[in-house]
Amino acid sequence: MAMHNNTIVELLAALKSGEFSSKELTRHYIERIKVLDSLYNAFITPLEEQALQAAEQADADRARGKELPLGGIPIAHKDIFCTRGIKSTCGSRMLDNFISPYDATVVENLTAAGAILIGKTNMDEFAMGSSSETSFYGPVKNPWDLERVPGGSSGGSATAVAARMCAGATGTDTGGSIRQPASLCGISGLKPTYGRVSRWGMVAFASSLDQAGPMTQTAADAALMLNAMAGHDAKDSTSITDPVPDYSARLNDKICGIKLGLCKEYFEDGLDANVQQCVMDAVLVLEKMGARISEVSLPNTRQSVPAYYVIAPAECSANLARYDGVRFGHRCENPVDLGDLYRRSRSEGFGAEVKRRIMIGTFALSAGYYDAYYRKAQQIRRLIKNDFVNVFEEVDMIIGPIAPSTAFRLGEKIGDPVTMYLQDIFTIASNLAGLPAASFPAGFVDGLPIGIQVIGNYLDEASILQLGHQFQLQTDWHKRTPASAEL
Amino acid sequence: MKVDDTVVKSIAQLAQLELKPESIQENIDSMTSILNLVDQMQSVDTTGIEPMAHPLDTMQRLREDHVSEPDQRELFQSIAPATEKNLYLVPKVIE
Repeated sequence: MAMHNNTIVELLAALKSGEFSSKELTRHYIERIKVLDSLYNAFITPLEEQALQAAEQADADRARGKELPLGGIPIAHKDIFCTRGIKSTCGSRMLDNFISPYDATVVENLTAAGAILIGKTNMDEFAMGSSSETSFYGPVKNPWDLERVPGGSSGGSATAVAARMCAGATGTDTGGSIRQPASLCGISGLKPTYGRVSRWGMVAFASSLDQAGPMTQTAADAALMLNAMAGHDAKDSTSITDPVPDYSARLNDKICGIKLGLCKEYFEDGLDANVQQCVMDAVLVLEKMGARISEVSLPNTRQSVPAYYVIAPAECSANLARYDGVRFGHRCENPVDLGDLYRRSRSEGFGAEVKRRIMIGTFALSAGYYDAYYRKAQQIRRLIKNDFVNVFEEVDMIIGPIAPSTAFRLGEKIGDPVTMYLQDIFTIASNLAGLPAASFPAGFVDGLPIGIQVIGNYLDEASILQLGHQFQLQTDWHKRTPASAEL
Repeated sequence: MKVDDTVVKSIAQLAQLELKPESIQENIDSMTSILNLVDQMQSVDTTGIEPMAHPLDTMQRLREDHVSEPDQRELFQSIAPATEKNLYLVPKVIE
């Protein structure tokens, strides 16, 4: 098998047995990026020299008997993570000149676990989008069909893993930005419980929703990456102090007797019939494996998009107030006064979607509208969370679709923000509630991949990954690779 | 909620964004369609429901009041657009 089609688990075994070195593996991925990424635009900053040096070091460490959990494995970081001495743009002109003076905790943790940073991936500007089309660096193309979007906002990371340009990647998920691109590109992606992974050094979009997670070929690989990423961080005041379990420990446990809820509201309207069929076929597989399926109800599902499009923009408008052209980031030429400096630096630095969300958020927080919008949205957030709490008294996990359809065409929805926002109707609720949720490859419709969503209870990532792994032992959707990535 | 050019201009001012005259209508249209989506919330009775600001409902943790970070001013200011004598420079505010 070609080196790049191996999972992280398989690569670690091959590195250990000396089948190939980390330097050979890293060089192989770099060659693939050089040839393939002109098709996809998945990387903003590939890091050849630095990656090869780190790989050499990893090989030397291994030769000395130093075994690390991800020793010598080349991964990519979404460009939302600050990386010391490396351009960290967040897909925005505002940060086009930003060389981060420090590493994000996620970056530090993965580096400490032995991972090799091979490049920084493209994304929707400030993670605001569902198609990876709003990037200052141009849109990312879906490797399964270059006329289509890879989903977003972590579309560069999803494409990089799907096209086997790295072994795994980091993503972030504020309303579906790990799970939806994972679904649309045919890979596995997990958004952990809010607070499980540190947000330090992760450029803030909506601080009460943002959460980082792994994007990989398989659930078992996601477990390995999450082992390194998760944990308490004193630098993030919202970081959870609960101990981190070994997410790989329970992967091989059977799912016989596990109780899964099919949320009826996810199948009501707006869901493509073929996508629904894929999800139901996957449910049948799980049922054959001994899972007990029952219908559950999350009655406020329909309210999740409206509430999200108050809360997320409100937090975005506050977070993005820091970009003022004074301390870092873009500054306009020859400002006449301080107001001109602020307004022109921001107007030149931000793209259309970011400005749109700042406008909505500023409106929702402005005098006279706060109660009708922001407070109301927070009350609905509570109702949405309560729905989940009730359902988790009956079942262990909830399963359903990730997105209403397969990957849509580039340009198809970008002109109509509301249509784009409705892409996230099945993913947003778990962000509002703070619950862990994942996408695992579950089939194809007209040659385009589709994922199944698994939502778990608070801090129960291990069960989600166990279900994903067991499902992947019975199916081979996660092993398919796009024709465009053949060399 | 009716969004007109007065609303758009005042929000842009609060948000410190410069709006070109030709983009005002576009802003009215997109804000109107987003607020129409958002207004679906109003159909839900939320009387007596406590607003939820955060998924964890936790309090901020306290820590000992001691210096934990080294001074990295030079490093942090090395990426600033304009500095002088350890200060960030902005256009003159007072004549």
